[in-house]
Amino acid sequence: MKYTYYPGCSLHSTAEEYNASSKQVLEKLGIQLEELKDWNCCGATSAHSTSDYLAHALPLRNLVLAEKQDNDVLVPCAACYNLLKTAEHHMRCGGEGSEELNLDMQEIMGAQYQGNIAVRHVVDVFAQEEISAKIAGLLAKPLAGLKVVPYYGCLLTRPAKVVSFEDNAEQPQTLDRLLGVLGAENIRWSHKTECCGGSFSISQPDLVLTLTKKLVDAAQYAGADAIVTACPLCQANLDTRQHEAGGGPGTKVPVFYITELIGLAIGAGRSGDWLKKHLIDPVPLLRSLNLLAAS
Amino acid sequence: MVSTGKSIAPSFSFLKQLEDKSGQPVSRCYQCKKCTGGCPMSFAMDFNPNQVVRLVQLGQQERLLKSRTIWVCACCKTCADRCPNGIDISAVNDALKDMAAEQNVALGDTMVPAFHESFLASIQRHGRIYEAGMLLGFKLKTKAYTQDMGLGIEFVKKGKLKFLPEKISQVKEIKQIFEKAKAKEGSR
Repeated sequence: MKYTYYPGCSLHSTAEEYNASSKQVLEKLGIQLEELKDWNCCGATSAHSTSDYLAHALPLRNLVLAEKQDNDVLVPCAACYNLLKTAEHHMRCGGEGSEELNLDMQEIMGAQYQGNIAVRHVVDVFAQEEISAKIAGLLAKPLAGLKVVPYYGCLLTRPAKVVSFEDNAEQPQTLDRLLGVLGAENIRWSHKTECCGGSFSISQPDLVLTLTKKLVDAAQYAGADAIVTACPLCQANLDTRQHEAGGGPGTKVPVFYITELIGLAIGAGRSGDWLKKHLIDPVPLLRSLNLLAAS
Repeated sequence: MVSTGKSIAPSFSFLKQLEDKSGQPVSRCYQCKKCTGGCPMSFAMDFNPNQVVRLVQLGQQERLLKSRTIWVCACCKTCADRCPNGIDISAVNDALKDMAAEQNVALGDTMVPAFHESFLASIQRHGRIYEAGMLLGFKLKTKAYTQDMGLGIEFVKKGKLKFLPEKISQVKEIKQIFEKAKAKEGSR
């Protein structure tokens, strides 16, 4: 199994631990990756807030490049996944202006998007029966006693018709099932698909603070000791804004990437390097449950 | 009746224009308010999502273009997934933001547009986001120098902010994409 890997800007800076843990876990699962050559930013919220054209053209350049590398595109960032998938859908369904846009790509890049490759999110790949079974088979340190709420946020599941790989986008289950495979205690809660405020972290921190507080309160109310996510925006907002959102020392809830939890459970990669990047140190919790590798 | 030359009827031309621009069937709305019920940002809005739709139907262009709502919509698409009439209000908000910027009205928020501007400038320049440079641009625009200073220091300590930008080799292709986008705006 081989994929073209699209890290996106966050995974090269603020979410480096997501990048490292994704690559190391995928390698251990025998999934080959080849990074997309000369990839550009997907445009994120700013492109579609400003221009319909940019919103489709920026991700499309990546899809045209990816087609040259033949394999399906694998994306860990939920935001990049959402935008690449939306652009792919726009082209495949012949959305307004899509033909003209492809002609523009021909002019700019000397190639058009043919629709020969698909865009996949890492969680979707992990959830495949074959890969889940492989994870189960590699379990070295089941995450027994770790009470986690799965947090899906917005971009993995909405708009459902375009991006979702869940049976029911209002009640997503893939992360829940993965937590089960890892032997963690999957805690049911009320806020699994609520919004964290996404890119407002910089422009409207007060709004993100309000949403972070709601989410963390809900997670604690449900009895969770940790939150797991598959989105760098969700992880950054919950990890960085909890300090201001209140609560005393020792009440902070660590926020993991799903790849970090898989990595810990199957003993892939250098987990210490990922965990030290978190603002809320997850090590005390993991140590108390004896979930850290001896090294 | 003496005609004053002013029409007080709702302007359907605005509705039509917005439906075309956003691709959303705004006229279908029957005000069930499911959108507002699920909206995570409604606490920060001056008009609720269902009110945005109603104001579009009534042609209240100016109130919409000056509203804060269009800028604090998080584009989480909860409304889009739950609307029984298939209206994506975040797409309506995107179209309104675009119009507000074009028409040079007093914007209902200055921080969010400044962020988008800095973000896109970074892409145009490097092909990717250079966080440190983007943040500096945002601070210069908004003069919010001290906001999140502590957090910035934490990020540097954790090695989460890079000092040098990553630049793609074909930045010229990105520049061409931006030029095309600008030309499309101009021709509308």
